[in-house]
Amino acid sequence: MDALRLYGRYTAVSIRSQLAYPGSFLMMSFGQFLVTVIEFVGVWALFQRFGHIQGWRVGEVALFYGLASVIFSVADAVTRGFDIFGSVFVKTGNFDRLLLRPRTTALQLLGYELRLTRIGRLAQGLIVFSIGVHMTGFSWTPASAALLAWALAGGTALFSGLFICQATLAFWTVESLEAMNVLTYGGEAAAEYPLDVYARWFRDFLIFVVPIAAVTYFPLVAAMGRTDPLGTPAWALPLTPLAGFAFLALSLWIWGFGVRRYTSTGS
Amino acid sequence: MAANLYPNGALRPYLAVLAGRFQLMLQYRAAALAGFATQCWFGVIRILVFAAFYAGGAAGQPLSLRDAVTYTWLGQAFLAFLPWNADPDVADMVRSGAVAYERLRPVDTYAWWYARALAWSTARVLPRAALMVAFASVLLPLVGLGKWSLPPPPTWSAAGLFAVSALGMILLSAALTVILNVIMTATMSDRGANTLAAPFVNLFSGMIIPLAFFPDALRPFLRAQPIAGLVDIPFTIYFGGLTGADAWRAIALQAVWVVVLVLAGRWWLERALGRLQIQGG
Repeated sequence: MDALRLYGRYTAVSIRSQLAYPGSFLMMSFGQFLVTVIEFVGVWALFQRFGHIQGWRVGEVALFYGLASVIFSVADAVTRGFDIFGSVFVKTGNFDRLLLRPRTTALQLLGYELRLTRIGRLAQGLIVFSIGVHMTGFSWTPASAALLAWALAGGTALFSGLFICQATLAFWTVESLEAMNVLTYGGEAAAEYPLDVYARWFRDFLIFVVPIAAVTYFPLVAAMGRTDPLGTPAWALPLTPLAGFAFLALSLWIWGFGVRRYTSTGS
Repeated sequence: MAANLYPNGALRPYLAVLAGRFQLMLQYRAAALAGFATQCWFGVIRILVFAAFYAGGAAGQPLSLRDAVTYTWLGQAFLAFLPWNADPDVADMVRSGAVAYERLRPVDTYAWWYARALAWSTARVLPRAALMVAFASVLLPLVGLGKWSLPPPPTWSAAGLFAVSALGMILLSAALTVILNVIMTATMSDRGANTLAAPFVNLFSGMIIPLAFFPDALRPFLRAQPIAGLVDIPFTIYFGGLTGADAWRAIALQAVWVVVLVLAGRWWLERALGRLQIQGG
């Protein structure tokens, strides 16, 4: 409970400091919005040409696209401290200070910054999702809404876990490792389309190695009230977001291992 | 070599900054490797998505799947040519006020910045492009994925035309980077220029999807605007989508835009520096 209150304080301070420069905040949020909206313009143009992708229409793909974007923007906003961990905490030796405080390092890094400018991508995701709802006649029932919230929670856990893994690697590499963008940004990009459009090896990667499909594709197929063209039984679909939490738990365990192995750069 | 060609050295300072910056940027090997890994991954996703679209029927499409695959790999290889940002060193100068020193140098400021931009982009592109070509045109065929590889241009003439057009792409990229520098100098902040450049460049260059996929009614406009010369024109020439007189017309258009953007950039830079108020003391 105390941890939660402290996180609230951290967040309030972070928000105030970002809003101290409203012009800059608005500009960067708008930029985020524009970059991601223009990506979707490309998807739209492809559907104008091809009509469908493996039987999925543009409205249905908009649902997948929007959900992936919303999940990623939330996770990216809350895990900023882990994202810049290598260059800001390890390289400078600042991590020593975190270790001296009587709170967990994970909590302190979560509280480092709530990145408000991600509201730009969040807005894009919500708009694209709404377009999808409008075009497909997605039916809002308590069950489908709960499924989406559950997918959002599991997805945020999964992507946060990826950012924590990226930070853990910095204990050894010192710098933040950009190669992890393959799984974070690249994972989001892969989740923008329904899973069954991909080749088998790529699907397996997205289910079993980094379970991005488990927090986007499967729960959304269930929320749409469809049967999975890949043949997953209907009862299993709503359970899959659990994989996101399992991934987060594993990431935190690896993080703890990294913290124990940490030696300061000593500046 | 080049310096000896001009013994009295009108070009020497520009060649020196070009060479120096080029060597400096080549030092960032980890960044090049990380960029390469990311670009391979995004290339794979795009190609899988294209394959799924084409599986529903390729009839009546402006490009074949093979051409779309070629275009995708080229896009990933030359990604760093896209002028998403103003030159970060110039941004620092504007912030610190050191930009005033640029006026004290006995060189032409525009040419100086242009040479820096040229070195910055080519040095970032070369290692990544080399790795990407090794991956997409050598490794993929070797492991039996030749269908998904980056093939060489279909004819010698396509290769030659592509080389000319690639030169246009490089010159255009540097001209646009300097214009972003000028916008930043005029507005005293790198936020505006850097925020708006990426989305427009991505869309109008053909980086997000080849311009041919956009509705046909828009095509004359999309082909004529300057940013098409960064991606769509050279890549379409590469796979033989533009040949002969059409290719030369497209290259001439690139050249016209380079000249226009250089002249506009020069004029605007002089204006911006003339009005510059230096920060700090």
